[in-house]
Amino acid sequence: MNINTTKIISLLFFIFSAFYLYTAYQIQVFAFDENAPFNARTFPIYLGYAGLFFSGLKLILPDPNTIKVDHKNLEYKKTGILILIAIIYGATILKVGYFLTTSLFLFASYYFLGERRWILMFLLSFPFVAAFMYLLHGILDIYLRDPFLQSIGVMG
Amino acid sequence: MIEGILIGLTTALTFQNILMVMVGCFFGTIIGMLPGLGPMTAIALMIPITYGFDPATGLILMAGVYYGAVFGGSTSSILLNAPGVPGTVATSFDGYPMAQQGKAGKALAIAAWSSFAGGTLSAIYLLFMAPSLSKVSLSFRSPDYFALMILGLTAIAAFSSKGQFLKAMMMVVLGLMLASVGQDSLSDITRFTFNNMNLTDGISFVLVVMATFAMSEALTIILKRNDPTSAAKQVSLTELGSIKINKEERTKMYKTIPRSSVIGFLIGVLPGAGATIASFLAYGMERNVVSDEEKEKFGKGSVNGLSAPETANNAACSGSFVPMLTLGIPGSGTTAVMLGALLGFGVQPGPRLYMTNPEIFWSIIMSMYIGMVILLILNLPLIPYIARILAVPKNYLIPLILFFSVTGIYVMSFNNFDIYLMIGIAVVATFLRLYDFPMPPLILAFVLGGLMEENLRRSLLLSNGSWEFLWDRTLTACILATTILIVVWHIYKTFMKKN
Repeated sequence: MNINTTKIISLLFFIFSAFYLYTAYQIQVFAFDENAPFNARTFPIYLGYAGLFFSGLKLILPDPNTIKVDHKNLEYKKTGILILIAIIYGATILKVGYFLTTSLFLFASYYFLGERRWILMFLLSFPFVAAFMYLLHGILDIYLRDPFLQSIGVMG
Repeated sequence: MIEGILIGLTTALTFQNILMVMVGCFFGTIIGMLPGLGPMTAIALMIPITYGFDPATGLILMAGVYYGAVFGGSTSSILLNAPGVPGTVATSFDGYPMAQQGKAGKALAIAAWSSFAGGTLSAIYLLFMAPSLSKVSLSFRSPDYFALMILGLTAIAAFSSKGQFLKAMMMVVLGLMLASVGQDSLSDITRFTFNNMNLTDGISFVLVVMATFAMSEALTIILKRNDPTSAAKQVSLTELGSIKINKEERTKMYKTIPRSSVIGFLIGVLPGAGATIASFLAYGMERNVVSDEEKEKFGKGSVNGLSAPETANNAACSGSFVPMLTLGIPGSGTTAVMLGALLGFGVQPGPRLYMTNPEIFWSIIMSMYIGMVILLILNLPLIPYIARILAVPKNYLIPLILFFSVTGIYVMSFNNFDIYLMIGIAVVATFLRLYDFPMPPLILAFVLGGLMEENLRRSLLLSNGSWEFLWDRTLTACILATTILIVVWHIYKTFMKKN
C-alpha cells in the first residue's frame, strides 16, 4: 500500500471516527429510553460506523488520483501570522470592543501581507470599520457591544 | 397561482427588495469574477448583513448574489479563459476563442442574453412546477424523506468530488458528525459537548459556512500564493468591441436556448448535480444536434457553443431551488447555504412553505426574474467598470474577507469561543482543501444532519425499530436503490482504476 498524505488523513479520520463512536456509546440516555428503538445515541453510533467504513475503504483501496502538494511553494509564514492575528483579535474583542480591535486587526493584516501604503491602510481600517459599524448598529439595528466607544462616550 | 404570483410581485417589487436584488447581483458579479471565490463564499459573506432583514428580503438578496456570481464567472471565462466558478468552465470553450478574435463584446452579449433567457424560462418552469411538486411532496412520509436525504448527500458527493468519491463521503460523515454536537432535539440530552457550555446549542451553521468557505478560501489563497485579482486586472484592459448581435446569430440562439434551458433546469432539480454538469451536458448535446458545418466551429467561437452552457447554467440555478423550496432538501451546496440561512430566520422550507409563508415562496420566484432583468441591464454595459473595482490588491481583499467572516460570527454570538472554533475549523478545512477534500458535501450534510436524524427517528419509532421501512414503500425503496447504485458504482470505479 502506497503511503501518502491522503492516506494519513484517512487514518486520522479513522481514529477520529473510532473516538466519536466510543463517545457516542458513552452518551447518557434516560433509563426508560435505554432500550427504545431510537434514542439520543442511535444516530451518532451509525455515524461513527459510517466514518469507520468510508475512511477504512479509503485506506484499503488504491488512490488513483494521488494529490502531490509542493510544500516549498506554500506560504506558511504569512498564513500562520494571519491565523495568529485572528486569534489575538478573538482574545481582545470582548474586552476592548469591536471598533478598535477590528480596525487594528485589519491594519495589522494589511501590514503583514506586505502593504505599505499607510493612508490607504488607515482608510480601509478605521473609517471603514466605523462605516460598517454604523450600517450594522445604526441602520440595521444589530447590537454591537463596544466598551472602548462606551468609555469615551461615543456609544450609549 | 395567480394570487400567489401577485403576492410574490407585491413583495418582490418593494423598493427595499429591488434594491437588494441590485446589490446582490452587483456584489455577486464582483465575487464571481474572481477565480476561486464562488457563489457559496459570496453568499456566506452576505449572511451577517441579512440578520437585520425579514426572511423574504434576506433570501432575495442571496438569490441575487447567486445569479450575479454565475454571471460574473462567465465574464472571466470569456475574457480571460479563467472561469470564476466551475459552472462557467464550458462557457470558456467558445467564449474565449471569440474574445481572441476581437469579439469579446459580442461574446459577453450572447452570454448575457442566453443567461437572461435561460433564467427567465427556468423561472417560468419553476413557477408551474414548484406548486405542483409541493402538493405531491405533501404525500412524502418520514422514510421517503430520510431516503431522499441519503440520496441527496450521496449525489452531491458523487458529482462534486472529481473522482474522489470516498473523500467526499468522508466529508459528508464529518458534516453529519458536526451537526450532532449539542442538545438532542427530542430528549435535550447533550452530546459531544465535553462539558463546554458554548457547545450546548450546537455549532452554528453560519460559523461552519464562514469557516469552510470564506475564511478557509482566504487562507488557501495566501497559502498557495494565488492572486485572484490579477486576472481581474486584465479584464479592464481588454478591448471589448461591439456588443451587437446580428440576425444570423440571433436565429442560432433562438434554437439553442429553449432546449438548453430544459436540460439546465432538469439537471438543476436533481440533488447535487447543479450548474457545472448542466452546462457540460448542454454543450455536449448542442454539439450533437447542430449541423456538421456548425459542429466544425465548436471550440473556435461558435455562437451555439457559447449560448448553450450559458443558458443551462442559469437555468440550473433556478432548478436547484425546486428541491429546496418544495422538499426542504437543497439541491446544491449554494442552496444548502441558503437553506441554513432560512432555518436561521426560523422558516422551515418544505412542502408547507407554499402554504405557511406564501410571500417567501412566491417572492423568491418573482425576484429571480427581476434579478435576470437587472443582471442584463446592470452587467452588460457596466462590465469594464465593474472589472476596475476588482483591481483591489490581494493584500486588501484577504483581510476584508477575514473581517466579514469574523464579524459575521461575532454579531451572532458575542463570544470569543465561536471565533476560536471558526479559526480551528478554517485551519482544518484549509489543510483538507490542499488534498482535494471537497467542502460542499460537508455543508449539505451539516444542514441536513438534524432533519435526517429526526426523520430516521420517526421512521424507526413507527416501525418499532425495524429497518423494513426502507423497502416497505415503493418510493422509499426506489430512492434507496438509486443511492446504493451510486455508492457501488463509485467504489467499483475506484477499484477498477487500480486493475
